[in-house]
Amino acid sequence: MHTFDITMENLSKIEGHTDLDVKVKNDKVEYVKLKISENKRFYTQAIRGKPATTAPQLMCRICGTCSIAHLLCCIQAVENAMDIRPSEQTILLRKLAMYGLYIRDHALHLYMFSLPDIMGKDSILDFDEHDEFEDRLLHSCFEVKAAGNALSTLVAGKPVHPPFPAVGGFVKIPTKEEIRPVIKQLEHIREDVLELIDIFMPEKFDFTRETNYVCLTSPDFNFYTGDHICTSKKECIPSEKFGQHLVHKVIPYSQASGYEYEGETYMIGALARVNLNEAYLHPKTRKDAKKALDIFPSNNIFHNNLAQAVEILHCIDTSIEILKKAKFTEEKFSITPKAGTGTGVVEAPRGTLYYSIDTDKTGKITHADIVVPTGQNQINIEQDIKALIEANLSMPKEKIQFEIEKLIRAYDPCMSCASHFLKIKWE
Amino acid sequence: MAKKGKLRVGWFSFACSEDSTIMMTEVLNECWQEWKKKIDIAYARVLQSQNEINDLDVAFIEGAITTNEDAKRAKEIRKNSKYVVAIGSCAVTGMPSAQRNLFDANLKKEIKPLLIKFKHREKVLALKDVIKVDDNVPGCPMNEKIFLEVLDKYLKKFGV
Repeated sequence: MHTFDITMENLSKIEGHTDLDVKVKNDKVEYVKLKISENKRFYTQAIRGKPATTAPQLMCRICGTCSIAHLLCCIQAVENAMDIRPSEQTILLRKLAMYGLYIRDHALHLYMFSLPDIMGKDSILDFDEHDEFEDRLLHSCFEVKAAGNALSTLVAGKPVHPPFPAVGGFVKIPTKEEIRPVIKQLEHIREDVLELIDIFMPEKFDFTRETNYVCLTSPDFNFYTGDHICTSKKECIPSEKFGQHLVHKVIPYSQASGYEYEGETYMIGALARVNLNEAYLHPKTRKDAKKALDIFPSNNIFHNNLAQAVEILHCIDTSIEILKKAKFTEEKFSITPKAGTGTGVVEAPRGTLYYSIDTDKTGKITHADIVVPTGQNQINIEQDIKALIEANLSMPKEKIQFEIEKLIRAYDPCMSCASHFLKIKWE
Repeated sequence: MAKKGKLRVGWFSFACSEDSTIMMTEVLNECWQEWKKKIDIAYARVLQSQNEINDLDVAFIEGAITTNEDAKRAKEIRKNSKYVVAIGSCAVTGMPSAQRNLFDANLKKEIKPLLIKFKHREKVLALKDVIKVDDNVPGCPMNEKIFLEVLDKYLKKFGV
């Protein structure tokens, strides 16, 4: 019979701060507590009374790595509240900004956080430049990230807290001269990403547990538009109703809120998207990543890494196609303040991000509610950790601990996002 | 232990969006080869799991101080570092993480239970309010150019 405790403080190679406490007694896991210890910054209070047009630039400061997702989701909610209809070009540029975010953010996670686990190293910077394979991975890591950064900078002005996207449109649009080198950069990294997919394809640690996968669905697998939220139970709801289907769960030991969908735990993120919407990936991606895509749908959380690698390829293929065809022109837009309630729903790299915003007739924000991906995954992560430990009780404790760390990393959690806001009803 | 001929640095994060951490990983896109030769990264949770806080030449600290525990930790970092650089707006000025300092009475009352529950300080502080800061890299996220200038200054100071 196994009885032991696991305490892991300030987990590394994830975004933000989190601790984990586990207690096992007589072969039973008594509890798993993922304690998101990132300190609160009260954005949903700070935004009240601010002009809605300035809100997106404040709210994107919730998170450094998925800043573009917060910015665009908040813009979408404000536009819906004030009945503003952005142009087709604006929508296209927002999709491109998301593709840039995904390339950079997924590459950060896969190369810098997860790849060292596979290669038996502590850090990407420990990779040996004198070893041909490791040297190639080092170069790939920074070139793929740089290409995502370049795409975000081209469209949005900066990769983090970007200045160009605004309520109503873009304050600057990319020129032909600026577009050309970015296409080249994206073409250049395509081979690297195909190799990345190959690296994450064989998953030695086969850990499966059934759960409900949930994501925003769009016919071109973009991350910004989509009328419906769909699940692996083959149920779909209008995306603006997403908030009504979530049940907030108080997690007393965590600075973040947990959620259930229709009263059950669920998982969002790349694995959910590829499981549900594989058919909508770019045709070139589907052709060249066919072997990897045959693995999906998958119930193995470690395949979230592979799904992210496939999404990088999809973002490259789609962006190149859009940029080659596009003829962007300057557009004027103006804002008329209006009272209303609007929702924003986008797929952030780690899953569905939801904003609900109320404005008054002067265009000031009176209320905001935000549901972020990591909060939604928190209960599922804990249940996965419990199942992983119970299935591997005979494994040495250090090895279990390493696999738990890998599992948490596979979710690619973002603690800055998870702890930004306030839910008062503590139990 | 310090590696000979390299600048021994730590990268630390308190309350913020970690946007400057992300920018640091983006700066690496261009600088990683130089950093591998010149910099011994003793502490950076975003990059590695084996981290040490002792005998640092320079500590780069992002984020504002929201708890007494954070303040204690910042003092520990200061004690173990020859120089400390505040990174990004939250560390340099406290903002935007310190926005709750400006809340009106109603909002302050609303967030009070959480401040008590998670042992948050009454007021959020900039790094300089807690420890001596030798240099600042402002910006939200940090200005990359100023960051590289400050880093270069310390590389030269330590003869790297």
